[in-house]
Amino acid sequence: MNAKVISLHAAVILALFLAQFVASDYAVLTLTRIMVLAVYALGYNILFGYAGLLSLGHAMFFATGLYAAALGVTRFGLSIPMAFLLAILIGIAVSYLIGLIALRASGVAFMIVTLMFSQAAFLTVLYFGDYTRGDEGIVIPDTQRVFSLAGATVDLTNPLVRYNLALAFLALGIAVCLFVVRSKTGHVLVAIRENENRTAMLGYDVARYKLRAFVLSGAFAAFAGATYALMFAYAGATLASIQYSIHPLLWTLLGGASTVLGPVLGTALMFVLVDFASGFTTASLLFVGVVLIFLVLFFPKGILGTLRQRYVRWLP
Amino acid sequence: MTALLETRNLSRNFGGLQAVNDVNFSVEKGEIRAVIGPNGAGKTTFVSLISGRIAPSGGAVLFEGEDVTALPAFRRVKRGIAYTFQITSIYANLTAGENVALAAHAPNSKVAHECLARVGLADRADQIAGTLSYGHQRLLEVAMGLALKPKLLILDEPTQGLSDGEIEGFISLVRDVAKQATVLLIEHNMPVVMALAHRITVLDRGRILAEGNPADVRANHAVQNAYLGTG
Amino acid sequence: MAFFPHLLLALLEGTVAAAVLALSALGLSLVFGVMRVVNVAHGEFFMLGAMLAWWVAKLVPGGPLAGFMAALVVAPLAVGFLAFLTERLLLRRINYDPEATIVATIGLMFVIQQLALSVFGADAKPVAAPFTYRIAFPWFGFSGYKLFVVAASIMLLLAVWWVLARTRFGLIMRVTQFDRETATAFGIPVNKVYAVVFVAGAALVAVAAVLIVPIQQAHYLMGLDPLLMSFIVVIIGGLGSIKGSVAAAVIIGMLDGIVSMFFSPTLASIIATLAVALVLVFRPQGLFGVPAR
Repeated sequence: MNAKVISLHAAVILALFLAQFVASDYAVLTLTRIMVLAVYALGYNILFGYAGLLSLGHAMFFATGLYAAALGVTRFGLSIPMAFLLAILIGIAVSYLIGLIALRASGVAFMIVTLMFSQAAFLTVLYFGDYTRGDEGIVIPDTQRVFSLAGATVDLTNPLVRYNLALAFLALGIAVCLFVVRSKTGHVLVAIRENENRTAMLGYDVARYKLRAFVLSGAFAAFAGATYALMFAYAGATLASIQYSIHPLLWTLLGGASTVLGPVLGTALMFVLVDFASGFTTASLLFVGVVLIFLVLFFPKGILGTLRQRYVRWLP
Repeated sequence: MTALLETRNLSRNFGGLQAVNDVNFSVEKGEIRAVIGPNGAGKTTFVSLISGRIAPSGGAVLFEGEDVTALPAFRRVKRGIAYTFQITSIYANLTAGENVALAAHAPNSKVAHECLARVGLADRADQIAGTLSYGHQRLLEVAMGLALKPKLLILDEPTQGLSDGEIEGFISLVRDVAKQATVLLIEHNMPVVMALAHRITVLDRGRILAEGNPADVRANHAVQNAYLGTG
Repeated sequence: MAFFPHLLLALLEGTVAAAVLALSALGLSLVFGVMRVVNVAHGEFFMLGAMLAWWVAKLVPGGPLAGFMAALVVAPLAVGFLAFLTERLLLRRINYDPEATIVATIGLMFVIQQLALSVFGADAKPVAAPFTYRIAFPWFGFSGYKLFVVAASIMLLLAVWWVLARTRFGLIMRVTQFDRETATAFGIPVNKVYAVVFVAGAALVAVAAVLIVPIQQAHYLMGLDPLLMSFIVVIIGGLGSIKGSVAAAVIIGMLDGIVSMFFSPTLASIIATLAVALVLVFRPQGLFGVPAR
């Protein structure tokens, strides 16, 4: 991997690290949220940006992690690290099963199949309202958000602890993405996106690669969901709704699909935009819609995608 | 001696149409075999059945003596059956080098460069494939086929749309390739077929109409009627 | 109540649900059938129709019936015009690319929904039925208006079927559906056909909304259900087949009536959505469609 690529990504992480010393309390909270959700978008991009598979149902994997972690802690008394582990394992299992079925469809059918599975998952959350508490949601008590790992005590009620943990997760997410994109798997995924038939006729097991991308992407989503639940002490049905399947698509499109940093940039920009809009209207989702239409019509490659095309060819 | 490739009673129908009908066919190792026939004779369907892109309605495909009928296309490719598309099917947004590297299953390998060099595209490795001329794209297809190191290379109408000069180059390329791989050539261009093929199989309406060396086939009356006209 | 009255009520509600499903899916089915694009904003067109019904009913003097009649004219015109703009400014520009259309109409869905929130507010708005006759059964009363919706739905379906099967324009639409290139070769102005179909689909769903809103209430988030339900009906019935859609609507409606009555509405929805996913994967031509070659 070349030095320019590594230093660019390291610089982004470093800038985010330094930001905590100058940012207001509110900005720290917002940035934490952005970083957690950016991990969700990073995973979404592996499937959509690189493998070219547009899922409209990633909220089900996000919610899988969210509820696995929240229920693990509140119902089964798991420690925070164990809850993370549980969330990832269940996330992998669920995305593997759904992937096996959904990947038999392609194109528009794949989009609707994922949408429908996700809607079924959302309804399931509501159906088991006794456990999930539906729209009201599960609140994780503060006392259960402190844990010790390797002798150090980590207190997730402390904003700066949360910030740095989220940053560490984001850095990890970016590193994994870079690694995948540069690996043989990454190249084959791009090949599948560009020309699936041809890729099969070059002797690649296309179905297996697609499933691999699907599961990796689902695992990222579940991990982000678990982080969200444990850091913000809340798991509610809204986070499993269709809206949360559209968000990562929007963030990825805005920042630039099939660029590693695109989803991160897109998440941040969209947060700023919605935050700004909610200052003067309750209908802040309006901007989500406007930006989506604008991107499809005029800017299908997103910000970093366009930059790469015009100026910086080496951007991964 | 077992044939490299053999089909037994291979059939495929689309709705009521028998595109390939009960075909028994075999190719020996080291051969250049041409499959010819009028439009709609089932040539492309036939090689698609061999390469595994479509499933047969009946019959079997044997490769190196083993039944591969149930294997998906990509597994047949791994066993050594390479297919180059009739309609150019390259990765238009990737460079020529990346195209061949994907085929070679090894990023940035020497194999990729060798294959590009063999078809005469070594100096185009960094060009985006979609911006290559049509003739060069056809050559890139062949280079991708070579990069797979196939035992059997299926070329589906490779000279379609090429200029006379390009066809000359192509003929010598295929002769060169045939030193290592068996070649199954689907071709409309009779001079190319006559120049290259050791044996010719004539398909008509999904059945084998005739088979033999170029001179025999040229002399065959049924073939003349079905295909060559009476010339 | 005993079991039989329960079952009768479930079947009646199921019939109404089937009519509502068929009615809301009709527009989507038409648009998908001819244009091969999925309009995710379909549910929002429904919501707008319902909102307009409420608004018109408030403006027009002379009671619910007058308001209802006025809404039957205003809603399809207004929603049809919006659809016309959508087709011109959005779908045509992205050349009806199936995936881009979905993403763009998701955007449109948010825009319409949020504008409705700004204009009409977040509270649910009841709309009075044009008449309030109740049919008395020995065990319970049942809304006569609901049965009127069933009848109206059958009439509309027959009308659309007639246009498709028996008129020259229907023939043109079927040719376009069969193959865009061939249609162009035959001198059919495909762009115009697309525009008409898209507008007609939107107008139909607006009419459906006006008919259905007295049974429900108008709310800015109400569009999601008809959208998902339309997907369910259209996909299970076989994309683009109106007969299949109707059959699917009856099955799903009955299932919904019965499961909702004896178990829970949420469970009914879960079953229906899972059914769609599985049908799409394992029988993409729909339960009643003929496999593509």
